[in-house]
Amino acid sequence: MSTQTELSARGITWLRALTAQDGVLQGTPATVRVAEAALGDEPASFIAVVPDPHNRFPRARNGEVGLEEGWALARQVRKIIAAGKDGARRPIIALVDVSSQAYGRREELLGVHLACAAAADAYASARLAGHPVIALLVGKAMSGAFLAHGYQANRLLALDSPEVMVHAMGKQAAARVTRRSVADLEKLGERIAPMAYDIRAYAKLGLLHQLIEGVDADAPGTADVQRVREALLAAIADTRSGARDLSSRLASPEAHATRAASIEVRRRLAEQWDAA
Amino acid sequence: MSAVAAVREHRQFLGRTSFIEMGARERARAILDAGSFRELLGPFDRLKSPWLPLQGIVAQSDDGVVLARGTLDGRPALVAAIESIYQGGSMGEVSGAKIAGALELALRDCEQGKPVLPVLLLETGGVRLQEANLGLAVIAEIHAAIVALRRHVPVIGVISGMVGCFGGMSLAAALCSRLIVTRQARLGMNGPEVIEQEAGIAELDASDRALVWSLIGGEQRYAVGLVDELLEDDAVAIAASVRTAFAQGLPRQERSAQVDLYLERLAAIDPQRPLDGPGLRALWHGAARS
Amino acid sequence: MERIELDYPARHAVPRRVHVGVVGSGDLEVLLEPSPDQRAHVLVNTSVDGFGVVWKSVLDRFFERFGGAASIEINDFGATPGTVMLRLEQAAEAVRA
Repeated sequence: MSTQTELSARGITWLRALTAQDGVLQGTPATVRVAEAALGDEPASFIAVVPDPHNRFPRARNGEVGLEEGWALARQVRKIIAAGKDGARRPIIALVDVSSQAYGRREELLGVHLACAAAADAYASARLAGHPVIALLVGKAMSGAFLAHGYQANRLLALDSPEVMVHAMGKQAAARVTRRSVADLEKLGERIAPMAYDIRAYAKLGLLHQLIEGVDADAPGTADVQRVREALLAAIADTRSGARDLSSRLASPEAHATRAASIEVRRRLAEQWDAA
Repeated sequence: MSAVAAVREHRQFLGRTSFIEMGARERARAILDAGSFRELLGPFDRLKSPWLPLQGIVAQSDDGVVLARGTLDGRPALVAAIESIYQGGSMGEVSGAKIAGALELALRDCEQGKPVLPVLLLETGGVRLQEANLGLAVIAEIHAAIVALRRHVPVIGVISGMVGCFGGMSLAAALCSRLIVTRQARLGMNGPEVIEQEAGIAELDASDRALVWSLIGGEQRYAVGLVDELLEDDAVAIAASVRTAFAQGLPRQERSAQVDLYLERLAAIDPQRPLDGPGLRALWHGAARS
Repeated sequence: MERIELDYPARHAVPRRVHVGVVGSGDLEVLLEPSPDQRAHVLVNTSVDGFGVVWKSVLDRFFERFGGAASIEINDFGATPGTVMLRLEQAAEAVRA
């Protein structure tokens, strides 16, 4: 059974810290927040998915990406793409603190897989259109919710904080599904990098552009916010000088060590692609 | 049904070659033009999972994905077929990279004016939990490749059963330009067992097969417009349907981009009121598909 | 997980490589290809520990008849000796075909 968890404020905390706004939009679920603010000398859009204990879909009250969240993200990102059609492609910053996709019978029936795909599609389309899309991991980046909100970004940044974690399945659920204890799962994570939950272990996979150290993730001060802004600006600049695909995730020294198989598969596939 | 019709139907049934009973390699072969199948990164390339043996699990020599180049009605094609019997068709680093990498090469060819028709045979529970974060990462790369490739050629997905298509790969299915399913197929984000475990048996009894299929089964998905074709378990019919799907060209609007339609539909849903498969069919009947 | 390696004398070369089976519950895959020398080499990766004697007896029996100079890799997911023999025969059949 699901347990009552304390609702995370990381998403809204960082939206306020970076934009001085709450990002509530008329006609958009209160779980999806969008705010425009200056970043360096250009406007950027910041998007967060936040908990709402009164969400009309009960399975998406704890910061999950559910049906309306997925589609609302898609709408907001597509609006930004449409606005940038004839002018500057503004940066899009996804603030990521999502506990999971919404688990529910109604969600499945109504196609939560498509809702999440719609969000992923929109972010990927923005990236392909030339918007620098940066995901800033400030809390949980779990499974399908992360696929919908953040994982299509050009660059992934994360705060170095114990509550920042990435995984394919929540710890309790993964323990139940694999019939292991949580302690065993944690031990396995120490030995096998992709099994770990914490962000420092994730950084070893080479997927992160930067792990931002020494920032108070719960109550950021002026210096913390400044530091994160600088990291975002550097990531945006890096994006604009690079490819619009996700190839940078295979380029780091960590990726060459830990994702060697991913690189080897692509190398040999390219050799075999055209018939001899 | 008349006796004659019954006999005819039985003969058709006997004459049919089951797609579901085939392995991934046979399925890929059955889709492509006869004699055109050429496997990439096959078993003898021995690109296995580096992570499973570390956890005491025997790895398969192709990591459960068969990649084949060949032709469809003479046009260059790529089929990626997932072997559902090996590790539940789960996506690990290698199996996922095979699919992502092949789609990336198809994209490169498309960009150079050499279209490649991509077909995904999706039988998968999603991320392989033993490779957790690398499975999730590569699924994001598969999504990225589908969205990029879809701007050049339709990407066609087939879910035939019996495993179905779940987890992050259900998003990959939803990103396909057109989806072909059988009655035995299921398409959903969270597997029934996971929902029962996470939300309780009152939310969903995973052992109630009729209920599960009424929510996420192929026939239901077709009836509400979440997939495009519903076929019998017949390899010849499925191969023909893939060709038809390519002949139709790019959809006017991809399903995952139909934002207004689906937000409107969701706005009309009252989450306080019960809703079942037939109820949704009544609401979304004749689902608009451009 | 256990790894077993066995060698056998061979009477003739094998003309091609063959792959059969899948690493699924109660099943196994066999990769058979021409060996670099005049002998046969078998490598078994099995999910079930402690059955070395059974493997040897199944493989002894297979090679009495087969006699091909093959390198064989077996990836086993708990197949019974009967299934192992069936898959080996299937591979041998495909080599001769």
